[in-house]
Amino acid sequence: MIEVRNLTRKYGDYTAVDSISFDIEDGRIYGFLGPNGAGKSTTMNIITGCLAATSGTVSVNGFDIFEEPIKAKKCIGYLPEIPPLYPDMTPLEYLKFVGSAKGMKKAQLNEAIPVVMEKTGISDVADKLIKNLSKGYKQRVGIAQAILGNPQVVILDEPTVGLDPKQIVEIRNLIRELGENHTVILSSHILPEVSEVCDEIIIISNGEIVASDTAENLINKFNPSTITEIIIKGDVEKAAEAVAELDEVKEVEIDDSATDGTAKLVVTSDCDIREALAEIFMHNGILAISMNLSKASLEDIFLEVTSENLHMLTGAAPVKKDAPADSGEVDEIQKDNVNELYEETSEEGDE
Amino acid sequence: MGAVFKKELRGYFTGFTGYILLAVMLVMMGIYTMIYCLSYQYSAFEFVYGNTVFVLMLFVPILTMRMFAEEKKQGTDRLLYSLPLKMSDIIIGKYLASLVVLGIPCLFAGIYPLILSKFGNMNFKLIYVTMLGFFLLGAALTAVCMFISLLTENQIVAAIVSFVVLLLNYFMNNLTGYVPSTLFASTVILVILVIIVGLVVWAVTKNAVLADIVAIALMLALIVIRLVKAELIQGILPKILNKIELFEQFFNIVYGSLEISTIVLYLSVIVLFCVMSVQVLERRRWA
Repeated sequence: MIEVRNLTRKYGDYTAVDSISFDIEDGRIYGFLGPNGAGKSTTMNIITGCLAATSGTVSVNGFDIFEEPIKAKKCIGYLPEIPPLYPDMTPLEYLKFVGSAKGMKKAQLNEAIPVVMEKTGISDVADKLIKNLSKGYKQRVGIAQAILGNPQVVILDEPTVGLDPKQIVEIRNLIRELGENHTVILSSHILPEVSEVCDEIIIISNGEIVASDTAENLINKFNPSTITEIIIKGDVEKAAEAVAELDEVKEVEIDDSATDGTAKLVVTSDCDIREALAEIFMHNGILAISMNLSKASLEDIFLEVTSENLHMLTGAAPVKKDAPADSGEVDEIQKDNVNELYEETSEEGDE
Repeated sequence: MGAVFKKELRGYFTGFTGYILLAVMLVMMGIYTMIYCLSYQYSAFEFVYGNTVFVLMLFVPILTMRMFAEEKKQGTDRLLYSLPLKMSDIIIGKYLASLVVLGIPCLFAGIYPLILSKFGNMNFKLIYVTMLGFFLLGAALTAVCMFISLLTENQIVAAIVSFVVLLLNYFMNNLTGYVPSTLFASTVILVILVIIVGLVVWAVTKNAVLADIVAIALMLALIVIRLVKAELIQGILPKILNKIELFEQFFNIVYGSLEISTIVLYLSVIVLFCVMSVQVLERRRWA
């Protein structure tokens, strides 16, 4: 559907997107994941023809976006980061304008607009001025604009930013629905969103693709270990020794910070070893009062593959060659991103 | 193109801009009709157009100032770029919409002479040719100001720069007398002009090679002319300035002399600035 080859975009000396290549296949939901400033929006803007590339090619449905922009753009519906709305129009007027600019005839418009409005849930506000709508409704009008005319690919740049939790859930459901009939590409710096909605994840950091696969494969590929947390009552040293004898176990850590007479064993292994553990404990008379299995989360993977940014935070790693001169500012921004990331994920956990 | 045209025209009349512009122009035309035709009882209605032409200096910058700044501010420029529209569709759509706003008062005032003809003899041919000239002058100025507003992306800056450019053009007749016409001064100024043209080409296209080629070619042409036919250069500046005075050419029409070169000048200005606007918009994606 979309082929991106060696795409590079420079702003002066700063390389925003550095020779990235990927393929988008039909009928799947793709997630661009990366901290702010990683090059997600730049990539999307180039794919949709809003921005020219310094080098490289993009072909949409076989049409080169630079050579045959009109044909290529007809296959794409795009919602930029800021929904591109005319505040003095009503959603109905706005969709009529977008539709006719997409080359739809009046009869087609009359048929398609109510369907799109129904889908995005904006039928109730069809005749209100856009400037009086709430942020959530504005975002929906933006999405309605993108899916009008049934383009094969729908590209959404951070579609849930600035929405309240209820609206976020609604928009996510909408995106999942869209995924049934369209190829969807969405970008986000929020992990749970991407892992929840997308079939395939493309992680971008500093203008490069650092990982691209399904969420499950990413976890297996980058961190295949399984971690079991066991709470032991009694002789924790003995338990640790017994556990360490198992072949699958890679590492055993003792955490005896608890004051209630229990201690925690953190066991890293290649696979789920709970059954074997239970047997060992039984044979050795060790009292294990709980066993918890945890796989590495996508968040760990994300932090791992974008760790270059994290190093920059701590100042441990050298600054990347293409980073802008005022890297102090960049550090600041990225620190914010990581904080934001944690906040977003913890919020999600609460829900 | 049709979609952009309709959207843009609606834009003028959902806010106050369109109505205020129409009202101001019609009030000015009405006042001059009162003074000339009713108070002094002249039948020369073409002078109403001739005298209200200065209103264009305010009308046109306000007409064009928000054309691109607004889109940028709302982020809707992204929408226009991502829709399957040609850059020329966007420019021409917007330009035609502004011409409609310009055309309405022109046409509306065209009714006055029909009414006035009940009370005296009117030279309809001259009046309606003047009306057409007024519209063409306005259209040429609109093309220039549209280009300026595309370059600045800030409404206020666009309006002020446009106003100053139109003002200079309006008073050019008086200024040409102060432009030196000696051979040496003309050559120096032409060299500076060539450099400025090169810089403008570079700024607009971001293509240094093209800018160099244009500047060097012009410079060579200048040297050749200077060596072969020096008298061409002498006094050329006042001549050029006189030729590109858009307002002055219009006054010739009012006084009854319609030259084909005037129409050609207006149409060339329109085409030139529309083409340049399309180029700038195309280049914007590279910025």
